[in-house]
Amino acid sequence: MLELQNLEAWRDDRCLYKALSLTLRPGQVAQILGPNGVGKTTLLKQIAGLSQFMSGNIRWQHQSVSADLQQFQQDVLFLGHLAGIKSALTVAENLNILAACRGQTLTVSRLDRALSRVGLRGYDDTPVAQLSAGQKRRVALARLFTEAPLLWLLDEPFTAIDQAGVGELEGWLADHAEQGGMVLLTTHHRLNLRCPVTPIELIPA
Amino acid sequence: MMLQAAFQVFKRDLRLGWRQSGEWLNPLIFFLMVITLVPLAISPDPARLRELAGGIIWIAALLAVLLAMDGLFRSDFDDGTLEQLLLTPAPLPLLVLAKVLAHWLQTGVALALLAPLAGVLLNLPSSVLVVLVMSLLLGTLTLSLISAIGAALTVGLRRGGVLVPLITLPMHIPVLIFATASVQASLSGLPVTGYLALLGAFLILALCLAPLAAAAALRLAVSGT
Repeated sequence: MLELQNLEAWRDDRCLYKALSLTLRPGQVAQILGPNGVGKTTLLKQIAGLSQFMSGNIRWQHQSVSADLQQFQQDVLFLGHLAGIKSALTVAENLNILAACRGQTLTVSRLDRALSRVGLRGYDDTPVAQLSAGQKRRVALARLFTEAPLLWLLDEPFTAIDQAGVGELEGWLADHAEQGGMVLLTTHHRLNLRCPVTPIELIPA
Repeated sequence: MMLQAAFQVFKRDLRLGWRQSGEWLNPLIFFLMVITLVPLAISPDPARLRELAGGIIWIAALLAVLLAMDGLFRSDFDDGTLEQLLLTPAPLPLLVLAKVLAHWLQTGVALALLAPLAGVLLNLPSSVLVVLVMSLLLGTLTLSLISAIGAALTVGLRRGGVLVPLITLPMHIPVLIFATASVQASLSGLPVTGYLALLGAFLILALCLAPLAAAAALRLAVSGT
């Protein structure tokens, strides 16, 4: 369970949001809504632990994130605007290294399963530089299956994904929720999920 | 597990360096160009060249390292891998250290291996070459660590190129002074252990502090975007 208590974020002298509280329970998918520049990405980064200009409390599994930061970082995957994938490395190398940085070893069969789920079967040894923007995005999304995080923080995950892919990704979100996972995402795309989506409206301060 | 993540980053950076060979070859070529131009521009007189060799080799090495260090974190910052590194459970200073070490193997160690060639070109006697290589091994790692702070501070700037040397040059100067002094002392047949020990002390200080400072600067840079 993820609990946010009284989050506050500033950009320069401008307040993006304050007194933001919300609870995300296992099996819940929440979509952050709001106009451009309202702080959707900042909120996701703040939860992930990338933002230093913040105040408020973030609790994970009933204890403060700072009490067991390592556990939190093991459980969370943040995928931002930037894919976080090295183009000079191959698809398999990228995924292996990213998993290993979390202390997980990726077996070949697990990697194969993840790649076929994201539609990149047979691309293991292809340098990412040779992939298209959408395929690159899919490599980043494959981490949802190779690293199996509990909480997905997805910032505009539908960018550059084709129409069929949008449907697949929506299926993954619902699957993850049904298995007791949690998803917090921002998107301007109209979500069409099997499971209910909790809207979180950010209002310009 | 902490060490495993650092080792992964180390291996990844070596592999990246190997695939993008231009990045580490450029500083080496720059180094060799400076060394070959000196006799043409100053004087071909062997005695005079021997006098200047230590200083010239060290200045060229310092500039080559500075040239190479600018990009240490930039590509990771641009493609988002830096964000992901910050989110791994491993401590960031350790990952920074791994990155610097991988980078040093491709710049500092490579320069130290080239240095005997440069020394011969500038008429250094072979007994001095050993001291030259040792001073370069100790000194360039210190330079890399210090420059990493500058590279981390300027990672978010599009044109940070000149800023890194400007910020870190004052901290490079002690290394330059004692490293060239060790070569000069060896040339005059004086003991060099004192100088090398001092270079070692600088290195230990930089090893302890620079990764912490660079990690803090990186966190700040990422949270500013």
